[in-house]
Amino acid sequence: MKTTKTKKKRIYLDYAATTPVDPRVVKAMLPYFTEKFGNPASIHSAGTEANKALEKARATFADYLSCDTTEIFFTSSATESNNWAIKGIASAYKIKGKKIIVSSVEHDCVLNSSKWLSQNGFEVERAPVDEFGTVKIEELKKMITPDTILVSIMHSNNEIGTLQPVEEIGKLCREKGVLFHTDAAQSFGKMPINMKRLNIDLLTASSHKIYGPKGVALLYIRKGVVIEPLLHGGGHERGKRSSTVNVAGIVGFAKALEICVKEMYDEKLRLTKLRDKIIKSILKNIPNSHLNGHTTNRLYNNVNVRFDFIEGEALMMELDHKGIEVSTVSACASSTLQFSHVLLACGIEEKYAQGTIRISLGRFTNEKDINYLLEVLPDAVKKMRKISPLNIENWRM
Amino acid sequence: MYTEKVLEYFHKPKNLGKIKNADGVGKVGNLACGDMMYLYIKVKKDGKKEIISDIKFQTFGCVAAIATSSAITEMVKGKELKEALEVSKSDVIDSLEGLPPIKIHCSVLATEALAEAIYDYLLNNKRPIPKDLEKKHNHIVKSNEMLAERYEEWIENQEE
Repeated sequence: MKTTKTKKKRIYLDYAATTPVDPRVVKAMLPYFTEKFGNPASIHSAGTEANKALEKARATFADYLSCDTTEIFFTSSATESNNWAIKGIASAYKIKGKKIIVSSVEHDCVLNSSKWLSQNGFEVERAPVDEFGTVKIEELKKMITPDTILVSIMHSNNEIGTLQPVEEIGKLCREKGVLFHTDAAQSFGKMPINMKRLNIDLLTASSHKIYGPKGVALLYIRKGVVIEPLLHGGGHERGKRSSTVNVAGIVGFAKALEICVKEMYDEKLRLTKLRDKIIKSILKNIPNSHLNGHTTNRLYNNVNVRFDFIEGEALMMELDHKGIEVSTVSACASSTLQFSHVLLACGIEEKYAQGTIRISLGRFTNEKDINYLLEVLPDAVKKMRKISPLNIENWRM
Repeated sequence: MYTEKVLEYFHKPKNLGKIKNADGVGKVGNLACGDMMYLYIKVKKDGKKEIISDIKFQTFGCVAAIATSSAITEMVKGKELKEALEVSKSDVIDSLEGLPPIKIHCSVLATEALAEAIYDYLLNNKRPIPKDLEKKHNHIVKSNEMLAERYEEWIENQEE
């Protein structure tokens, strides 16, 4: 054991949870707190100035998504956007039908919004996934009935990083005359998303996942789609989402996207390489370790691995002690002591799901950080296994 | 979220490991979160007194599960069996300067593991078993059976 392991430096590898705000974003936002503080709803000069910034920001999003600026609606969080999409569509289309389909690996805010609807007269079904967490299209096809009004399936999974076949799902929904919503919180800004090419009717994106400030998000709503507002009030965002507009936040969100788009290609190459290095090294050097999700069809910054005989929260805290911040979805770490619904949906047994950690990379991750992680992780796993009665030394091969 | 005391026990667990030829072994688990705790005791007779002369633990579980099991071993080492059985979950929690509310069940697990180890010792030595302990044991056995099913493969593959 080397003594260099008591480094003070913290290595953040939880970019899927949230990201630091890029200093360039902070700089772009600052004037909108003080000298350009106006309310875009006001028609005097200060208001006009703020409104201009707001509409310029909106154009950045429309440009990235290849859509119209009138299809972008700003909200306060991805949770709000997902709640709005699901409840707002259900409410607007309830005369047409009562059935909503979500995938079994959605984020809790989609699952719980739809659960609320199921307690209020709607029928909610969960589309199954395969062992990698990919939605089974054929199963989904069978689930769509004439009573179905909405399908909500995420663009990529927040836990295991699996990319969903949104193009095919969109096509299927269009053929069946059903609206399609996708939660793109994890993919937005990481890859091109073209609304002209994809049959997506509603899309959720969040600022704090892409080096923008927290408390800002958006919902894309395709022209012609009718939606009931969640927030009623002064009629902001063209009558669809009342609340004084968070101009500084939105300016920051737009700047964050602009940087992501500009650096997208290089960042993808760089992080894919680091991601694969981590996966390869763990599977090779740590016995009884496994990759959750797909080997290649996954977000380029996501590693999700599990280790037999140990529990994820303990491993996470052991790594934290060594200065590395990752996350876990073990039952012990959840606020409800529930096993990860994503891993269970992939058919991973509870005992295996327990030893899972997620390592997510980002803009400020470098090769040195990863080398340190790969140096520390095997010992951390070994230490936890030594504590466990199910430890590997006792394992008869 | 965790107190410094909890983290201290987690990072440097006391009495970690297995006792070969233990006088009593307690194996318990929590069905909800899947934690498992093994506690091994050595008992020494001192006149009429029966004292826990050595105690070790092994835990499959979170930070709180590891810390509580380590803490309880320290609390009862050198104590009489009777005294040891009186250690409650709140005593364990207090010794750790608190636990997050959702982790309270980990302290229950620690007291159950100890009770089971003492039960095992009494049984092995054909000694009368107090009513309370018998009741506790019956309850634990039930939930252990369900847990054993979950970890069947791993437990069966363990070498004695």
